[in-house]
Amino acid sequence: MSVRELDAVEAKVATEPRRVNKKELWSARGLLLPAVIFLILLTQVPFVVTIVYSSLKWNLLYPNDRGFTGFDNYKSALTSGDLWPSIVATVLITAFSVILSVLIGMLFAILLDRDFRGRAIARTLMITPFLVMPAAASLIWKYSMFDTNIGILNWLSRALHLPVVSWSTEHPMLSVVIVLTWQFTPFMMLILLAGLQGQDKGILEAAQVDGAGTWRTFTWITLPHLRMYIEIGVLLGAVIILQVFDPIAILTKGTGGTKTLAYLLYERAFIGLDVGQAAAYGVVTVILTIIVATVALRTLFKVFMAGGSR
Amino acid sequence: MLSSKRALTFGAGALASALALAACSSGNVSTDSGSGGAAGGKVTLNLATVNNGQMKDMEKLKTEYEKANPGTTVNFQVMEEGDLRAAVTADVASGAGQYDVVTIGAYETPQWGANGWLVDLTPDLKSDSSYDVDDILPPVRDVNTYDGKLFAVPFYGESSILMYNKDLLSKAGVTLSENPTWQQVADAAKKVNSADTSGICMRGKPGWGDLFAPLTTVVQTFGGNWYDDKWNATVNTPEWKQAVTFYKTMLDQSGEKDPVSYSFNECLTALKEGKAAMWADASVAASMLEADDSPVKGKMGYAHMPVEKTKQSGWLWSWNLAIPSSTKNKDAALKFVKWATSKDYIKLVGQKIGWSNVPPGSRTSTYEIPEYKEAAAAYAPITLDVMSSVNPKQPGVNPQGWVGIQYVSIPEFQDVGNQCAQLVADYIAGRGSVDDALAKCQTLAQAAGDKHKS
Repeated sequence: MSVRELDAVEAKVATEPRRVNKKELWSARGLLLPAVIFLILLTQVPFVVTIVYSSLKWNLLYPNDRGFTGFDNYKSALTSGDLWPSIVATVLITAFSVILSVLIGMLFAILLDRDFRGRAIARTLMITPFLVMPAAASLIWKYSMFDTNIGILNWLSRALHLPVVSWSTEHPMLSVVIVLTWQFTPFMMLILLAGLQGQDKGILEAAQVDGAGTWRTFTWITLPHLRMYIEIGVLLGAVIILQVFDPIAILTKGTGGTKTLAYLLYERAFIGLDVGQAAAYGVVTVILTIIVATVALRTLFKVFMAGGSR
Repeated sequence: MLSSKRALTFGAGALASALALAACSSGNVSTDSGSGGAAGGKVTLNLATVNNGQMKDMEKLKTEYEKANPGTTVNFQVMEEGDLRAAVTADVASGAGQYDVVTIGAYETPQWGANGWLVDLTPDLKSDSSYDVDDILPPVRDVNTYDGKLFAVPFYGESSILMYNKDLLSKAGVTLSENPTWQQVADAAKKVNSADTSGICMRGKPGWGDLFAPLTTVVQTFGGNWYDDKWNATVNTPEWKQAVTFYKTMLDQSGEKDPVSYSFNECLTALKEGKAAMWADASVAASMLEADDSPVKGKMGYAHMPVEKTKQSGWLWSWNLAIPSSTKNKDAALKFVKWATSKDYIKLVGQKIGWSNVPPGSRTSTYEIPEYKEAAAAYAPITLDVMSSVNPKQPGVNPQGWVGIQYVSIPEFQDVGNQCAQLVADYIAGRGSVDDALAKCQTLAQAAGDKHKS
């Protein structure tokens, strides 16, 4: 099937546009209304309220000192020197976690794509980390893996006569990335596995007949086919990890370059108790996320597309 | 196909409106229970409290109070410390009146009292001779008093002490006096330290209530403090540098391996497992180390918090019950507060729950109850001794402009303390210099102090 053939397919409306009953249209819209109102109440109103808050001088600890301050909160957010390191931390943690979980997830997806006994059990076990609550996952890692006295990792290094590693103190960012990668690898694996299983086996056989080796088949046929799935995985993973909070709060408390935007926001709101400033940080975060989502991801995917059509 | 799609849309719409209705109705229920108290003889008291063991015991015993006071229901809302602080501050500051009794720390009492958010309890408690307000430990009374008025009464109080594993210390041939200095403790820790047992465990987790609880007391006994008596920040002083460097050196040489992950609970586990030999922390930890399920029960020794230039270096903290001025049930709330902090309540806990679970550090008379003396023989005397000898009006070498040890009772302190703790934690982890951390911290502290200069 060529691309041109696909383009030629045209979807026709079931009823002719002129014959659509206006009344029916409005009743249909009326039925949709509760859902739309619900959606607006849930997403748009809080955002508008946040914008209003961000223009107020409002510290919970000084209840009598409230008022409109215009852009002062934004000024202090942009000049305090907290924002830039926090952006760097967010970008690094997100990028490392997403890249690692895509790579490892790909490996597992390929392994799970073959037939073997107990495949269903293996697949279920592999998915478990994604089903664990983020806070619980961080606690598991903090105590049973990273801990210097009772952690498995340090038990291993002791058994191998290697020096004990104090993870959260010496490698704070790596610890956070490890936990996130552990959590999101199954997510990537599931998406990529769906992609692999949707691959036409006939094409693979044809490639084999033509004498292509495993590596060539993978890089020239499977990988371009998976492009869309990788894109979806990266996009969803990045959006979720951008707002990650639990491992930072539990493992590092924002030290050692792990203070992400989400954690910074939490600190301003719940430790500084400064509603106005926290709201300003929130608005800045949303704007930055939109910029990243539109510009950076698009360029990133162009690279993928170029790779796919070679 | 088309009809099934429509059914789906309709279903989604119906579900959405059902959810919205559910949300509304549950909202109504909770406001009902909140405001229904004032009318008639029936009173509902809403109490916000922290999820500590002693507070949960109080929740178990509330039926006793409800039995003795028919018509009164006490509604407990138990929260994590951080959530409690945010929820109660928001409610009390805005005068919403959702809570009739709130649990607040010694850090909040003077500030909230000054803001006029709390009911002054002095006249009611003074006039009630059976309550015996003078029985409350004097330093704890001091930290909860502002302008001569008692705004909150302690439910339990704690100081900090040095706890050590006698077996591990004697194996290394180390002895400690009842009043050690920090230098002696650091030397002892170095001798005890081995490959799988650290000499000492100290909090290193960033946070004003984590790392800075013990570190502030170390700074104060080394002669430093957060502010002088005119609200000039004094963080970039040689005393601070000496204290913070000492803390890091001690941790490097003989502390736990991963200090940034360690706070109260982690050190408690390390001590129980015999993975650490010494620990300077909250006195309430002693009751956990001496609990029946603790492997080190009976093996522990206790001493005063180590000192350097001052005579005492223990901190002072208490969780207190207070009544917001916005309450509509002041009389009922007062009656409950009196009950929960009375001598009889302490005996009730002893009889119903167990003598080792008695809330410590609030009343002198607690330490005279024979059953409690027996149950807490290992640590009760030293706790009482430390708690009545610390001086919250001037814990350090120089006079200070606020009452309190280990914290500064200004609203900005939790924010300043938290950010400084992150800077110091970076220094402890070897990612920055001490001068750098303290210089940045000085700027933060000065910005906060400037608001209080008068």
